[in-house]
Amino acid sequence: MKLDSRIPSGPIEQAWDQSRFDMKLVNPANKRKFNVIVVGSGLAGGSAAASLGELGYNVKCFCFQDSPRRAHSIAAQGGINAAKNYQNDGDSIYRLFYDTVKGGDFRAREYNVYRLAQNSVNIIDQCVSQGVPFAREYGGALANRSFGGAQVSRTFYARGQTGQQLLLGAYQALEAQVAAGSVAMYTRTEMLDLVVIDGKARGIVTRNLVTGQIESHAADAVILATGGYGNVFYLSTNAKGSNCTAIWRAHKRGAAFANPCFTQIHPTCIPVSGDYQSKLTLMSESLRNDGRIWVPKQLGDKRAPGQIPEGERDYYLERRYPSFGNLVPRDVASRASKAVCDEGRGVGETGLGVYLDFADSINRLGRNAIEERYGNLFEMYNRITGEDPYTSPMRIYPAIHYTMGGLWVDYQLMSTIPGMFVLGEANFSDHGANRLGASALMQGLSDGYFVIPATLGNYLASNKLDKVDTSAPEFAATTAEVHESVRKLLSIKGKRTVSSYHRELGKIIWDYCGMARNAEGLTTAINRVQALRHEFWNNVNVPGSGEDLNQQLEIAGRVADFLELGELMCRDALNRNESCGGHFREEYQTEEGEAMRDDENFQYAAAWEYTGQDTEPLLHKEALEFKYVHPAQRSYK
Amino acid sequence: MNLTLHVWRQANAAAPGRMVRYDARDVSEDMSFLEMLDVVNEKLIGEGKEPIAFEHDCREGICGSCGFMINGAAHGPQKGTTICQLHMRYFKDGEELYLEPWRATAFPVLKDLVVDRGAFDRIIAAGGFVSVRTGSAPDGNAIPVPKEAADTAMDAAACIGCGACVAACPNAAAALFTGAKISHLGMLPQGQAERSRRALRMVEQLTLEQFGSCTNIGECEAACPKQIPIEMIARMNRDHLKAAWQFRGAGKSGGGE
Ligand SMILES: Cc1cc2nc3c(=O)[nH]c(=O)nc-3n(C[C@H](O)[C@H](O)[C@H](O)COP(=O)(O)OP(=O)(O)OC[C@H]3O[C@@H](n4cnc5c(N)ncnc54)[C@H](O)[C@@H]3O)c2cc1C
Ligand code: FES
Repeated sequence: MKLDSRIPSGPIEQAWDQSRFDMKLVNPANKRKFNVIVVGSGLAGGSAAASLGELGYNVKCFCFQDSPRRAHSIAAQGGINAAKNYQNDGDSIYRLFYDTVKGGDFRAREYNVYRLAQNSVNIIDQCVSQGVPFAREYGGALANRSFGGAQVSRTFYARGQTGQQLLLGAYQALEAQVAAGSVAMYTRTEMLDLVVIDGKARGIVTRNLVTGQIESHAADAVILATGGYGNVFYLSTNAKGSNCTAIWRAHKRGAAFANPCFTQIHPTCIPVSGDYQSKLTLMSESLRNDGRIWVPKQLGDKRAPGQIPEGERDYYLERRYPSFGNLVPRDVASRASKAVCDEGRGVGETGLGVYLDFADSINRLGRNAIEERYGNLFEMYNRITGEDPYTSPMRIYPAIHYTMGGLWVDYQLMSTIPGMFVLGEANFSDHGANRLGASALMQGLSDGYFVIPATLGNYLASNKLDKVDTSAPEFAATTAEVHESVRKLLSIKGKRTVSSYHRELGKIIWDYCGMARNAEGLTTAINRVQALRHEFWNNVNVPGSGEDLNQQLEIAGRVADFLELGELMCRDALNRNESCGGHFREEYQTEEGEAMRDDENFQYAAAWEYTGQDTEPLLHKEALEFKYVHPAQRSYK
Repeated sequence: MNLTLHVWRQANAAAPGRMVRYDARDVSEDMSFLEMLDVVNEKLIGEGKEPIAFEHDCREGICGSCGFMINGAAHGPQKGTTICQLHMRYFKDGEELYLEPWRATAFPVLKDLVVDRGAFDRIIAAGGFVSVRTGSAPDGNAIPVPKEAADTAMDAAACIGCGACVAACPNAAAALFTGAKISHLGMLPQGQAERSRRALRMVEQLTLEQFGSCTNIGECEAACPKQIPIEMIARMNRDHLKAAWQFRGAGKSGGGE
């Protein structure tokens, strides 16, 4: 396997323009002769399918939900970044680029990030034109708020439902193309494998989730935009259906998986309340604009928050990071919360929680202003916990939220399998070891609206692709393998439920490959995951049959993949003998407990090649170059 | 607490369905309704029985996947709350609950509590969008949008497409869903060019999908988990009337392009 990142040379400011000029074009009349598969209808997949359909390609788009509008992007709350500098506070494309490279702890590609920052401004324009009801000021101009890791106000938002509104924009554009006949939408259809012919991605095998039918689809290119793999932790802020199946099975067909251990723990989520808990709920980072985070100074202080006087509170983020305060990046904030809880100063029944307090802001701005900004989040908090955050502080704790790792792609977003492109959270590209808030929506839409329309055309125009249809023997072979794995899952009829395995896996990964990691723990985790996987394939109980709507069967396939990916995450974390961003190895920290990078040995993206079920994966390194932002220890003090 | 559930079980669209009784024991107040069902399902699986199929994804009240009737109320008893956000502290020990899928000709049952809401996608495809080519948009601040208009548009756009409005309506009309989209786009300057055509086509699609007609009963507003107000329907009707007048004699759907 060779990693050719195809990063352009020349000045970064002109690189994307120049690349687009250098790329080959598909003649407009020929576009409809090309069949393109887009798996995923979230911000990345939805925007890609809509834009490619509009260009004239013959597009098939797939999602496992009953409607493309339900992709997990719908749940994003806080906002989307763009270097518009509408606030006149000193923002620029270069600053957004700089913040993102630094925020990612110098583990992302500079050229990708610069392009992302450039595209950010067009995204806002596009979305406004689609009718996305962004928040406005009284004068009618777009409003902004601040997010962690930045000292400018560049986040655009639609109340606490930004992802919903952006996704509805893309979804509506997608449905317009469905009506126009350029996109065929396959809902309740799950991709279970990738078909590779002569080394190129030429189609997929899917399962119809209502009838159970296994089907094949041929194409000239396959685009995966299937989201992140945070549910490997079982409890996460992701939707219950979010999974790694599409990317994992593509990985097994030859796509390198990059930086799997770079996962993001979000500092502000509602703490776990019981064993039956099925998911964790995020409280948007935007709350840190007006909320102050604290714990009691005293160990084991069990008084109600209102009873603890000002002088006995520790606003530990403001204390440790005076210049960014409550708005330090997520990895820093999460680790700081863990540290105070480990000391025994955590709050709530479990001691795994810290306060996020709005009292000062409510006093200063009035309850109405706070309600206007965060009303729906406060309501959600109240619904889940039964407590009122207007009168007593929220209790929050970190939870897994986002995965920076994903399939390795080059600058043109193509994986190591020619003809297979990966967009959105599913790829590894732009956020390095830590993603800044409000940058995932930006990346998904940049990939889908602006990057793939150019790079896909270049691929199709510069490769001679033989005509392929589903009668090719490779389709029959892959379909047979899919049938076999479904049959196997259903035939075990063992003693444990699918979710019991998922929970156990999640706990192992959270304990050993979560907020803090060390070599010994990771080795233990690898052994335990292997043993659990073995047990799963001998003792899982998947009820029902494969011939109808069978939700347990769907989950079983996904958990089987998480059981493999979990091991790779631990291997990657074990290999990376440094701390950077969300990857914190306890052996590598500064005296103040900050992450200590090792640029000499680890300034690379780790791209893993699959070599088989029982053999170790092969590591390939893509060295990262920093010509513009000089690597330094991140400081938010 | 302990509860008795009566759940609609139906193997597939063609099969007949029936209510089946289950016990839910040791339910914690802090569980969400779906977590309670998870526990019931784990138990059923352990007993070698088929778990109850219900739709869900985000479990945060935003994706619109979840939804069924609890004792005749869409999404259950708590106002402005999807089933995934409904917590067991709203129920009392010993209660009997009847769970049934959305009932509407336009939403055929696929299995147990899962229905096919594909009709909603087709209504959007009929005209619920602004046609703007990717990359051709003017600067985001080029057209100021009064804050009130943006806020009202957002109130309408908050619809999650769950189908509760249809399920709650005695006529199984989809007027609130359609009205919300027509209002959202109609409130904004960006939505004006296609406003009339949008109203005509979406309303036409409503009939094709076999939704009932709206007779202003208002059950939809009461059941909507996002509390979208019934004014949206009045807006739709105004736009539709105006459009029908504007395109009179031009044939269906606002005439040939
Ligand atoms: C609670 C929450 C809040 C967030 N808030 C923000 C925020 O404020 N700002 C921000 O920038 N980011 C935020 N994020 C992150 C951001 O929402 C996601 O990273 C982003 O939306 C991912 O988009 P996507 O298009 O890559 O994938 P998704 O939206 O996850 O879409 C995946 C698609 O792939 C389909 N799919 C998956 N597997 C298969 C398969 N095997 N077969 C067929 N289809 C499949 C799904 O059906 C779906 O359509 C948030 C994330 C969470 C969890
Ligand atoms: S599961 Fe998403 S709204 Fe209920």
